[in-house]
Formats: sequence, structure tokens, C-alpha cells
Amino acid sequence: MNETQPTAPSHAAPIPADGGVLAEHAHPPLHGSGAAVDDHAHDVSKHVKKYLMVGALLLLFTGLTVFLSYVDFGSMKANMTVGMVVATLKAGLVAAIFMHLNAERQLIYRVLIFTVFFVAALFWLTYFHWYDPISR
Amino acid sequence: MDIPYTTSARPDTGLWNAKIGIWLFLASEIMLFGGLFSAYIFLRLDAPPGYWPHGLLNVPVGTMNTAILIASSVTVVLAWAALKMRQFARYKFYMGITIVCGIIFLFVKLYFEWPDKFHHFGAYIRDDRLEKYEPYLGNHHLREKGLEMRREITGHLHNEVALHDQNVHEYEIQLDQVNAAPTDPASDRPHFWPLPKTDKIAHVAKEDVERATMFVPSHSTFFATYFTITGLHGLHVLGGVLIFIYFWLPVGANLYKRNPEHLANRVEVAGLFWHFVDLVWIFVFPLFYLL
Repeated sequence: MNETQPTAPSHAAPIPADGGVLAEHAHPPLHGSGAAVDDHAHDVSKHVKKYLMVGALLLLFTGLTVFLSYVDFGSMKANMTVGMVVATLKAGLVAAIFMHLNAERQLIYRVLIFTVFFVAALFWLTYFHWYDPISR
Repeated sequence: MDIPYTTSARPDTGLWNAKIGIWLFLASEIMLFGGLFSAYIFLRLDAPPGYWPHGLLNVPVGTMNTAILIASSVTVVLAWAALKMRQFARYKFYMGITIVCGIIFLFVKLYFEWPDKFHHFGAYIRDDRLEKYEPYLGNHHLREKGLEMRREITGHLHNEVALHDQNVHEYEIQLDQVNAAPTDPASDRPHFWPLPKTDKIAHVAKEDVERATMFVPSHSTFFATYFTITGLHGLHVLGGVLIFIYFWLPVGANLYKRNPEHLANRVEVAGLFWHFVDLVWIFVFPLFYLL
């Protein structure tokens, strides 16, 4: 099954159904690696402009964050919400574009789903303490 | 020993090994910083009125450092793109800029921002003595406007001996603008440009003070969390810079000659770590400097 991967004899074991599908993706570079690299280089050169634009957008958002923090939205809570919304937008841009999460393999999403779940649980504990109906 | 799957995808995961490795590491990093941010929220929400200071950090410097970190995130992704396009000279150039940006960030933090705090003094006034220091605190004015009260008098400590000497009974403080003119509407909210210290001197009796220190971690919950989170973040910046320097040295050129795709992948993985460090700062900056 894995004759094309001599460095990993231990993977001669049966691969799960979707593993077989993923292995399909791994094959093309082995068959026509020159063409594949050229294709990829072309893709990357197209992206360079995008990276520069995202960088400019992030700088713009940084200015916006600073500016908005001096605008009185009525309460600290409101200002905090506005600040965090802009920060989340910026973080989303970094994760999606710079970290390529907009087009990543499924396995990475599967790992990150667990992370998101546990981080949410962590913040939920904080909220739960704050909300605590017994001691407050 | 040759590590397998450095450039080709491993059949069962569909990814080259380092890619999945770095994401597992970043997942644990998210939990590490998540725990600290969670603690920050916990401590801040429970801070009694007047105990969470505002406007003590230098916003223009923080903004500049944010811009530097964002710029370095752009250059590291351009360095990776250059390797993908097999342009080694361009890679060296962008990686060089990234390294310089990281070093400037650390320099500003360690030689300017932190030491500046270590020379700034603050005294929290005891609850029952707040009225005595009303001319410096302006709480009547703040109450009328529905703003949060002040408990602290800050500035430059003239008699530093007072910090340790039991026989000195008062602190002699050259006041910050906010305590020199507490009822001035301009003092109601923090300023973008930090104001210079005034010429006004206040004498604060030690017996009226709940606690008084330089702006060190033990000064307040705010500075404890500030130094913990920016310190850990700074260590991450240092780690990233060291890795980038390693790839910038001949090690990178040698690997490039042997297997350019392998170097591109290693730079991609180091870049993913760097973007994460940038991402953490995107939250640190507004939470500590602005809000």
C-alpha cells in the first residue's frame, strides 16, 4: 500500500477510509514534482499582494483601536466591547491569512476545535464565578 | 537520523510532520495564554472601584510596538513566500527585517517601557484618609460626573529613602498631572500623549497610606498581570528572534542548497509561531494600554 514511502515501513498498516483520500493528495508531487512546485510558486506570487494589503489593514485597525479607546461609548463595558471586537477582527485576519487557516487541511481544524472548546470552558469558568448567584 | 516527511505529506495525516507539530504546540500555547487572560478578566472584574489604574502606560510607544510587530508578521510571511518562489536573496532581506523588528520590540520593552515604570511611584491612600487628600484626588468632582473614584497619588518620589527607612514618616511626591489638577476635566480620562510631571509637590504621610511602591509587580493587581503577561510575551518574542537568526545564518543557506522546500517549510512553521505571538499582542495592547 505504501511502497512509494520507503522511509515509513510502519505505515504499511491499513489506513482508515479518509486516510486513503488524504493519501491521494500526497501523490501528485511524487509523480510530477517540477510542475507542482512551479504551480505553487505562481500561487505564492499572487498572494504577496494580499499579504501586504492585510498588513496595511492591520495597521489601520491598530490606529482605529487607539482612536476608539478615546471615544466615550457611555460606559467602560461598551468601550471594552468595541475594543475587543476590533481586536478579534485583527486576530481573525492574522489567523486566516498569515497563518493560512482560511485554507488548511482538515486535521488542523480537528485539533483546533478541541482547543477552542477548552479555551471557551476556561473563560466560562471565569464568567461562572462572576455570575455566581450564591455569594452575590 | 533523518526525520521523515519534512516536505512531503505523511499519508495518514495528509500533512508534513512539522506542520502538525507546530499546530499542536500552538494549541497548547493558546491554553497557556488563555489561562492568563482568563485570570486577567477574573481579577479585573473583581477589582474594587479605584483599584484598576488607567492611563499609566505609554500609549504612543505601545502603538509603535504594535505596528512594529505587525510589520514583522508581514515580512516573515514575505520571507516564506520568497523561499517558495526560490528567491534566496529576497528571503534573507525580509528575514533580516523581521529580526530587526523583533529586536526593536524587545529593546523598547526592556530599556524604555519597563525601567520607566520602575522609576514611577504610586501611593494608595487609606479609605478613611481619602478626604484629607481630596485636593490631589478630586473625588467630589468625579462623583458628580459619575466617574470612577481615585485612591492613588502618583508621580516621582523625591525621597526614595522613604521606601525603606522607618524613620522617614512621609513620601515627597512630585505629582503627575492627574493628581496636580484632579478636577480639571482634562484629567477625567487618560491622554494619548503622556503628560510630563508637574512642579507641584505633595507630602503624603506614611500612616495615611495603605500601600506605596514603585510601579513593580507588587504595586497592584494591574501591574502584576501586566508584567506577567508582557514578560511571557516578551520571552516568546525572544524565542522567535533566536530561531529566525538561526535560519538567517549559514545554516539556512546550506539547507537551501540541499533542499529549498525543507527550509521554506521550517520558515513557515517558525512564521506560524511568530504570527501567534503577534496575535497575542493584538489582545494585550488594548487590554493593558487602552481600556
